[in-house]
Amino acid sequence: MTGTYAHAAGFYAGDRPRIVTSRFEYADSHTIERYLATDGYKGLRVALARPAADVHEEVKNATVLGRGGAGFPAGTKWGLMPAGNVPRYLVVNGDESEPGTYKDRLLMERDPHQLIEGCLIACYAAGLSRCFLYIRGEMATAQERVAEALNEAYAAGYVGRNILGSNFSVDIVLHWGAGAYVVGEETALIESLEGNRGMPRLKPPYFPAAIGLYGQPTIVNNVETLANLPWLARNGAEAYTAIGTKTSPGTRMVAVSGHVKRPGVYEIVNGTTTFRDLLYGEEFCQGIRNGNKLKAFVPGGGSAPWFLPDQLDLPFEASQVGPAGSMLGSGAIMVMDETTDIPHAALTLTRFYAHESCGKCTPCREGGTWLERILTRIVEGNGTDADLEQLIEVGTSICPGDFPHASSERLGLSAVPFPYKMTTICFVGPSAYAPVNSALTLFPEEFAARVTKRNRIPVTAVSGE
Amino acid sequence: MSRLTDANVAIANEIITRYPRPKSALIPLLHLSQEQNGWVTDDAMKHIAELVGVTPAEVLGTASFYEMFKFEPVGKYVINVCGTMSCALMGSEELLHHAEHRLGIKAGGTTSDGMFTIEHAECQAACTEAPCLQVNYRYRFRMTPAQLDALIDDLAAGNLAGEIPPHGTLARVRQHIPADRSVGAVPPETPGQEPVWMNGKAAL
Ligand SMILES: Cc1cc2nc3c(=O)[nH]c(=O)nc-3n(C[C@H](O)[C@H](O)[C@H](O)COP(=O)(O)O)c2cc1C
Ligand code: SF4
Ligand code: FES
Repeated sequence: MTGTYAHAAGFYAGDRPRIVTSRFEYADSHTIERYLATDGYKGLRVALARPAADVHEEVKNATVLGRGGAGFPAGTKWGLMPAGNVPRYLVVNGDESEPGTYKDRLLMERDPHQLIEGCLIACYAAGLSRCFLYIRGEMATAQERVAEALNEAYAAGYVGRNILGSNFSVDIVLHWGAGAYVVGEETALIESLEGNRGMPRLKPPYFPAAIGLYGQPTIVNNVETLANLPWLARNGAEAYTAIGTKTSPGTRMVAVSGHVKRPGVYEIVNGTTTFRDLLYGEEFCQGIRNGNKLKAFVPGGGSAPWFLPDQLDLPFEASQVGPAGSMLGSGAIMVMDETTDIPHAALTLTRFYAHESCGKCTPCREGGTWLERILTRIVEGNGTDADLEQLIEVGTSICPGDFPHASSERLGLSAVPFPYKMTTICFVGPSAYAPVNSALTLFPEEFAARVTKRNRIPVTAVSGE
Repeated sequence: MSRLTDANVAIANEIITRYPRPKSALIPLLHLSQEQNGWVTDDAMKHIAELVGVTPAEVLGTASFYEMFKFEPVGKYVINVCGTMSCALMGSEELLHHAEHRLGIKAGGTTSDGMFTIEHAECQAACTEAPCLQVNYRYRFRMTPAQLDALIDDLAAGNLAGEIPPHGTLARVRQHIPADRSVGAVPPETPGQEPVWMNGKAAL
């Protein structure tokens, strides 16, 4: 059967091209010995043997889409830095904490040298002179592995001054967080790295590439994004784009959790693999547990509007999933079978975002808490039909206008495309409402059955909550 | 009491030099103090403020934003049961209730012997291995109530001391940047030039 390894819990290798997980079968994949024996640091040598601008061009040609959620091409992002403003920094986003997402931790624990090599290639290509590798606070083993790997790499001359005897010099500094989901948002990550409370910055500027860490041009890239670079440097953009589709080349790490027979982390071919392949395929999740029916699934992390079984044939391709009403986000699929209590499932996500609000914007700080409380009341059987209206009222104050959702033949709904409009600085606010909106739109009967009718009170008079 | 020890001050000073601005070292230093004392004490925050060159209020301002920093003593073992969607779908609420019942405390509480704290935690990036939990940020996957009982027994008996250090210790390996390999950090406002390798030529 397809490879599964005690040392990489949840990972299934399968018979597919592997760009970032190629060493996972080795129990010692995190050591420099194994890394060097399996093409390790060869990509760096290839890169350093070319002018930096050529390496940057190669990354652009490969269209390496960001794997942190927004899917912005890395090579293009690096090109957004204003000329002449130095120093420039690289900040690695290893704060993985979007509900359902499990891949960056695996990449840091199982192949830290691959990440380090990716950071070096990015710094070389984009002319970045210092790198901060920010690992989520709760990931003690990942911090240990990356620290060990950095110590090995410094000692062997791969990191630091005059790397491999060249004129390329860069320090990689391990940094670690202390528990706050919102710090994964790139400007909050920068605030946190400056030693502040991890609150997102007001936009514009939209990209820290212009004004980032200490006000300097800064590239923030996700762990998986950077982990692609050693393979790309060794094999070239043409080989990279030969995998996947033109708009979504390469592979993606995807975690499928919830009510499937074989929940797991899979490196899939980008753009072509469908949700049906993933949920039902023999080499992936092998169907719904106990032969149950699929009720709904979250296609791209806790913030993503939900899909129904009608959407199973969509491929893992942003340009198709967006118009269908959702997003691929961080490669996290959460599956609900027919036994799922939908309002309760929505609550477990809304509670997450309500708890993780940094408090900077009123609609998120207050609205998230309201949503959580009202939903809790409904789930516990104490809700009324006025509560349902209130949910929508609060939700639309965070996300005005039509909220993105999937189409449903059963309900005669046509999809409202992603993304949402919002009154908040970052996506945490809308994310608190996303599960509520999906659940309410797609499963209205489950809410109707849960609440009691009450004499109609004007909504404005219910604000004592 | 509970300022950083001399050995930890040496570690702290080395960490501070890695950043273009000292304040960036705040979170690592707060972790260091929590490793030393099991929680973040007022004296430690004052000491960190001196080391970094900010006010104690700024240290508290930053520290209080982050859930991992504890401002009063917690158990030797902090058990975080994940309650977010993937784990909830797989029965994490029963797991948390079982832990509460078994230890006789509510989530957020600490046992009177100071051994255990339980917390309702959010997604731990192990969603395929649900329901999961962490003990002092070391994972346990696909947990059942029976396994949780066994885990608590083992922790109480000291059987896992080798794998799971007391609360406060995260990574047991620290990064060392050898002086002869280090590029060094300069304040961002130092006038600089384009990196030397951005000269249109190959570096190797
Ligand atoms: C609330 C919020 C949380 C986020 N969390 C993460 C995260 O944990 N890891 C991550 O890589 N990106 C996260 N992102 C996306 C980052 O802001 C950023 O887009 C990403 O790190 C850029 O890297 P990429 O271009 O390589 O994807 C988050 C965004 C938001 C709005
Ligand atoms: S949307 Fe929420 S988490 Fe994001 S900046 Fe505003 S208050 Fe903070
Ligand atoms: S939901 Fe529990 S680890 Fe992600």
